[in-house]
Amino acid sequence: MNPLTEQYIMFGVVGTVAFMTALAMVTSRNAVYSALFLVLNLCSIAVFFLILGGPFIAVVQVSVYAGAIMVLFLFVIMLLGAEHTPGEQHLPWQPAVAVLLAILLLATTGYTLWRTAPGWSPTAGMPASLAGDPEAIGKLLFSSYLFPFEVTSVLLLVAIVGAVVMTRDTK
Amino acid sequence: MIPDVFPQVLPLYLGLSAALFALGVIGVLVRRNAVIIFMSVELMLNSANLAFVAFARYLQQLDGQIIVFFVMTVAAAEVAVGLAVIVAIFKTKKSINVDDISVMKG
Repeated sequence: MNPLTEQYIMFGVVGTVAFMTALAMVTSRNAVYSALFLVLNLCSIAVFFLILGGPFIAVVQVSVYAGAIMVLFLFVIMLLGAEHTPGEQHLPWQPAVAVLLAILLLATTGYTLWRTAPGWSPTAGMPASLAGDPEAIGKLLFSSYLFPFEVTSVLLLVAIVGAVVMTRDTK
Repeated sequence: MIPDVFPQVLPLYLGLSAALFALGVIGVLVRRNAVIIFMSVELMLNSANLAFVAFARYLQQLDGQIIVFFVMTVAAAEVAVGLAVIVAIFKTKKSINVDDISVMKG
């Protein structure tokens, strides 16, 4: 099969899942359904990462994002009993304005994309393999990106302290 | 050697990324449930990640994937603190409807 057709088919299938789940997440009435749709969305993005040559971040996406972070979300939703927000009513004009603004944003980005597209230099003939395996990522992370990596650890420490302080009983 | 066809599909990925970001914006603007607003922010972060990885593939450089790694870390930290804030607010206000917490008074 033509490699371009393959790319289109893969993008079509996974992209449809990603878009529909995102749409369902935003419109879903029940917060638990929203969280589950977001899990599906994150998994489809992980499939994209695999297609784009990043097996390591695909696995991290599933385990950290779809696993840990979304479990935290579900935990809080069920802890607070926040599946539905009582009295969720909008100003009548608000959804329309929000959709309008989002379409405007999309149009702006789309216009930028459309204007920039012809100038892209074709990289045809390049090797199609991009080794995003753990070894390559690790080498880069601990050489060029060592300082940001260390800063990350401080960030996580601050987040832990922040979360503990926030939920502490002040009585 | 088979020529790389990816440059021709890159606009699709960027378009999808933009669409997901716009959906996240709609979620933040329209929804009233603080947790769902948070999830919409996560959606936006993820759409940016998708663009990063697509460009990493396009430029044949791993730097984009490293950035994604850092974005995930920031998202994890943000969620930990943000959900702690929501729980703290719920303790005092008994609600996570953002309309009920529009005054900056405890």
